[in-house]
Amino acid sequence: MIWRTLRRIMREPLGAIGLTLVTVVVLSAVFASLLTSYAPSKISPAERFASPSLLHLLGTDHLGRDLLTRVLYGGRVALLIALGATAVSLVVGVVLGLIAGYGPRWLDNVLLLIFDAVKSFPTVMLALTLVTLFGPSLYAVVLVVMLVNVPGYARIIRTQTLVLKSAEHVMAARSMGASAGRILRVHILPNIIGPILILISMDIPVVVAIEAGMSFLGLGVRPPTPSWGAILNDGFANIRDSYWIVIAGGLPIVLTTLGFTFFGETLRDLFDPRLKGRS
Amino acid sequence: MIRYALKRLWLGAIIISVAMMMMFAMVYLIPGDPASVALGPRATPEMMEALRVRMGLDQPVWRQFLHFYGSVLRGDLGTEVLSDRPVLDVVMEQLPFTLALVVGGITWSVALGIPLGCIAAVRRGGFVDQVIGVLSVAMIAVPSFVVAIYSLLVFAVALQWLPAIGAGEPGDLASRLQHLILPSLAVGLGWIGYISRMVRASMLETLEASHIRTARAFGLTEHRIVYTYALRIAVLPTITLLGVGIGHMLSSSVFAEIVFARPGIGKLVYEAISVRNYPIVSGAVLVTTVFFVLVNVAADILVGILDPRVRSSFN
Repeated sequence: MIWRTLRRIMREPLGAIGLTLVTVVVLSAVFASLLTSYAPSKISPAERFASPSLLHLLGTDHLGRDLLTRVLYGGRVALLIALGATAVSLVVGVVLGLIAGYGPRWLDNVLLLIFDAVKSFPTVMLALTLVTLFGPSLYAVVLVVMLVNVPGYARIIRTQTLVLKSAEHVMAARSMGASAGRILRVHILPNIIGPILILISMDIPVVVAIEAGMSFLGLGVRPPTPSWGAILNDGFANIRDSYWIVIAGGLPIVLTTLGFTFFGETLRDLFDPRLKGRS
Repeated sequence: MIRYALKRLWLGAIIISVAMMMMFAMVYLIPGDPASVALGPRATPEMMEALRVRMGLDQPVWRQFLHFYGSVLRGDLGTEVLSDRPVLDVVMEQLPFTLALVVGGITWSVALGIPLGCIAAVRRGGFVDQVIGVLSVAMIAVPSFVVAIYSLLVFAVALQWLPAIGAGEPGDLASRLQHLILPSLAVGLGWIGYISRMVRASMLETLEASHIRTARAFGLTEHRIVYTYALRIAVLPTITLLGVGIGHMLSSSVFAEIVFARPGIGKLVYEAISVRNYPIVSGAVLVTTVFFVLVNVAADILVGILDPRVRSSFN
């Protein structure tokens, strides 16, 4: 099943590019320690601002740290945050969506109103506010991702639940005395997993961008943890003399967001064209 | 129609009051007493007490909350402690710069997105259509701050075609526009992609409509049909999309302002956070949110006027 899916994706030009990029990014993050002999946070003042060479393929930064190493380890940070934050928002979104779709009418209205209210804050303003409240940290990033993603997930789940709620097999289960929990678990949840997976693959680039953006502003992951956004920030301060630092920081962000977006788009077009309008 | 408009306005009002609640909570939840935060560690107890009374911090929470709502409704967002100026004035001073950036972004996205979408629709399925499709997805995917930094690197630092820093000389329109080109591109690039896809899709749908078939039967040229008759209808969904887009562009303008060292709301908030100037943060976020909500409500109502189908689906 998985092989057939991958083969179908590889047959689409966009999907082939996307899947290749995703694979490269994931593998290079997983095997970061094998791909470089430097340590990600090792400072070596003698090699500050070294331009790209065979010794340092992407050059070094203002502390003499090898940029390729920081990019590879930064990939771990980016992907772990993307997966973790997406998983958390997914769980919250599914629960809220099921409650809205299956629960009483007034609760549905209240939840919809909250989703709309949260969605109507400009993302960066929301992030800035939260960081003011809780201070810059990993958790602030996860919280921002949740607030951005949960309303979208919950809405999709809610709509699907509403449709399925009046489907015949669900009616039958209910008439046989199945509890609300059982109906949600056995009959509704399995039917909405497909669209959710597609949404996730399209949201991962957004999460990667949020993490990198917050780290670029110095509001995300704390130094010396390697992060693509932080590399961009280091490079931005020295953009006139050491252009290679911003190139090293931005390129993985571009490749990752493009890869996951291309992959997600292909997945959606192949398996669920209905989702097309949303995004 | 009026019922629809009222419903949208009501939703907008609720969203704004939720935003106000969050802003109040923010000032309230911040660790440490706002008065001591504002005055710094060297303040005497008398000074602190005086400021606490002035800020209303000696009152019970619900009183403070009502007072906060009341003063915001009167347009009073508090006073900036350092310069003793009204927060609203400080924020409003920066708003035009951010608006210029957003308008610039809209200009880029409309000026390039609509033609690209039309071309893709006319050449449906062909090579050109596919290239535009991939380009659109790519423009949507790449985060705006990377676009901002890379365009700064290429066009301002390496090629030196355009200025890198600031908003241009006051009163000199040419210089202002020159300083606007790169930051507004960074803000609008993603929306070129969104709009071109949206226009392509709605153009394809419109070209199937019966009045277009009639136009074809009359022997009008395809060019005339697409750009005169179909485009008029096909751009409608773009209006709602731009309503959403303005909010996103407000977000990306924070990055564009920091990267290009332009004055604006984003830079104001960012700098206020680093010096813990909370009244400015909450004031600026509140103004931005209100602005964003109003734009969305206006876009929805406008589409409701233009397209009666939307009104009925809302109920």
